[in-house]
Amino acid sequence: MNKKDLAAEIIRISGGSPEKCMRCGKCTGACPAFDDMEVHPHQFATMIREGRVEELAAKKGLYNCMSCFACSERCPRSVEPARLIEAVRVYALRQSGGNHLAADDVPGLLDEALPQQAITSALRKYAK
Amino acid sequence: MQRIGVFVCWCGSNIAATVDVQAVSDALAREPGVVFAANYQYMCSQAGQDMIRDKIHELGLTGVVICSCSPRMHEATFRKTCEKAGLNPYMVEIANIREQVSWVHKDKAVGTEKAIVLGRAAIAKVQLNTPLIAGETPVTKRALVIGGGIAGIQTALDIADAGFPVDIVEQKPTIGGKMAQLDKTFPTLDCAACILTPKMVEAGQHENIRILSYSEVEEVHGFVGNFDVKIRRKARFVDETKCTGCGLCTEKCPMRKVPNEFNMGLDNRSAIYIPFAQAVPKVATIDPRYCMMLNSGKCGVCSKVCEAGAINYKQKDEILEEKYGAIVAATGFNPISLDKFDEFAYSRSPDVVTSLEFERLMNAAGPTGGTLLRPSDHEHPHTIVFVQCVGSRCDASAEKGKEYCSKICCMYTAKHAMLTREKYPDTEVYVFYIDVRTPGKGFDEFYRRAVEQYDVHYIKGMVGKVVPEGKKLRVQASDLLDDRQLVIDADLVVLAAAIEPDKSARPLATKLTASMDTNDFFTEAHPKLRPVESPTAGVFLSGACQGPKDIPDTVAQAGAAASKVIGLLVKDKLIGNPCVAKPDELMCNGCSSCEKVCPYGAITYEDKPFRGPNRTTVYRRVACVNPAVCQGCGACTVACPSGAMDLQGFSNRQIMAEVDAICR
Repeated sequence: MNKKDLAAEIIRISGGSPEKCMRCGKCTGACPAFDDMEVHPHQFATMIREGRVEELAAKKGLYNCMSCFACSERCPRSVEPARLIEAVRVYALRQSGGNHLAADDVPGLLDEALPQQAITSALRKYAK
Repeated sequence: MQRIGVFVCWCGSNIAATVDVQAVSDALAREPGVVFAANYQYMCSQAGQDMIRDKIHELGLTGVVICSCSPRMHEATFRKTCEKAGLNPYMVEIANIREQVSWVHKDKAVGTEKAIVLGRAAIAKVQLNTPLIAGETPVTKRALVIGGGIAGIQTALDIADAGFPVDIVEQKPTIGGKMAQLDKTFPTLDCAACILTPKMVEAGQHENIRILSYSEVEEVHGFVGNFDVKIRRKARFVDETKCTGCGLCTEKCPMRKVPNEFNMGLDNRSAIYIPFAQAVPKVATIDPRYCMMLNSGKCGVCSKVCEAGAINYKQKDEILEEKYGAIVAATGFNPISLDKFDEFAYSRSPDVVTSLEFERLMNAAGPTGGTLLRPSDHEHPHTIVFVQCVGSRCDASAEKGKEYCSKICCMYTAKHAMLTREKYPDTEVYVFYIDVRTPGKGFDEFYRRAVEQYDVHYIKGMVGKVVPEGKKLRVQASDLLDDRQLVIDADLVVLAAAIEPDKSARPLATKLTASMDTNDFFTEAHPKLRPVESPTAGVFLSGACQGPKDIPDTVAQAGAAASKVIGLLVKDKLIGNPCVAKPDELMCNGCSSCEKVCPYGAITYEDKPFRGPNRTTVYRRVACVNPAVCQGCGACTVACPSGAMDLQGFSNRQIMAEVDAICR
């Protein structure tokens, strides 16, 4: 897949809208994992649009995103940076050989207070 | 049989690039009734108009079809041309081959074919056109201005100075609006009150201006030049003619715990109050929500202390019925509610304030007497964070905030930052911005002064969250240019909240049948060429009710609206639109369907005599249209079950002839 198609695929599976980003930086201002990520939420929007998915997928800090969704919640433009980050993470994990979570394990881990996506992404992170 | 001339316009390359204009004029020349067809580069130019006039004279044309831009653009131009050449202006039809053809098609063959079809339809219609003569209506030479902020005041003063009486209806007890609440004004930093209050006084004393404060527009009927308006004068429980504005009652009133809206709720006022010292009219008002006398019948202190005997607890709302020739909407704006922006802790900490609240904290007549103190502990703040674009420039699907730029925030924030640093040099001031937008005379220089001279820290980035911690507000934000995250322990956070039209604007627009956009701003008749007129004839727009505006823009627009009103009021008579509904009385069965659907109340029913069999007279109930009130919307023609109602100039026969020509 070329860079452009890959970026389009990432945008499609994420459900986010990087084209709406006006680079206000509210997501990055809200991010609690700022110090642990080399690339910050607002940069995901522009880098994905530029087709730099492979570059993002290679970053270690990708797995330090806690999927707290503060960036998506605060975003005034509905860019959904958290979904974009998650999509890059899913892409990286699929490239390296599938999910690290058996479907049967999921129900026991669910907690109503947590976003479901946070649990799955945390598990993937620790399974690495 | 009509003798029709067809004129096809190139509109430079606007039409000619996508439509083969020669083929169009050749094809239309073969249509029945067409005696002349030509194409020309610019039909609307003097040479083009001369060509139409000459051909009318030369060939004795009885109908003219012009294939050009939208009739919204040049219908009036070409009607005038033909009228000057002696042809009835309603014998002109426009086929829109620009907006409906060349601008929306790329394929020249397709465009040409469609242009021919539209031209053919216009020819078919003009075959059935009949000369129409417009009626005249008189003009009531008075204007109504709704809203008494700087926009309304300026419009009223300009109209009044031209010699026409004006009424200002203001829902608050005083005129002055938002500008009265401001401290200083950018970019010159003159004090808002110093430049506004002389205008308020001038309006209050002007022989042609009547201020109806604490009043609301209840109903609007009629049409341009002849509006009938009902105005509710809310009971203020004080006789305006007797009250001297001494303020003794406001001092003695025992109910002192009413949030003071003039100071944005930062302090309290009494239940009987005068909003501020320079109020016009300077008359006290009792707030019925808080007055103990009105609610429980116990108290009456104000009545006892009032030497003028102006207090009247029995006062009732009054309805005034007035006639006006023109109405100006000047309903202004408000900051949005920040309910959906919890991340800034506005509801959790009194030290997170909006910019309008900050204006009051800086104002000499404000709750702190002009000393900048934190609302929580009345201490001087040493670190202040300003956040721009709070609720502005949001995506529609984010379901919070507004999509537009509020326009005024960049400049007033620069002003606040500058004034703070000027008065309190020991204060650190941070401004978080997305973009600094300063188009305007002296505006960018002003912003640069804040940065260069006053050392305000402008940071490209946004505040992600504000957390109250002890006496401080922990501000976490991004600095995008340095790619870092900042944590600032601030004493005060100021939010530049987006502005929105006043809540009274939407119901008012319904009463005026004036159109609005999705943000509840009034729509102008043309965004560039008719910016101060509503599409509804006789209704004009002034100030922020039409879109976010600063004071210089508002005053300029207010003057422009006034000049349009004056242009209307100097006329003795208005030429009406002859394209109004007309019933065929022989076909009308008196069912009242049209009367029920008419949005303007133009249709009434009358019993009229008709000739019956054997020289008898029978009376039948038939519809009558008031041509002065009818706007020609056509709702009645659709509703009429017997096909008796027709719109002159757009009759069912004419429309069907057009459809037939298109389908041919």
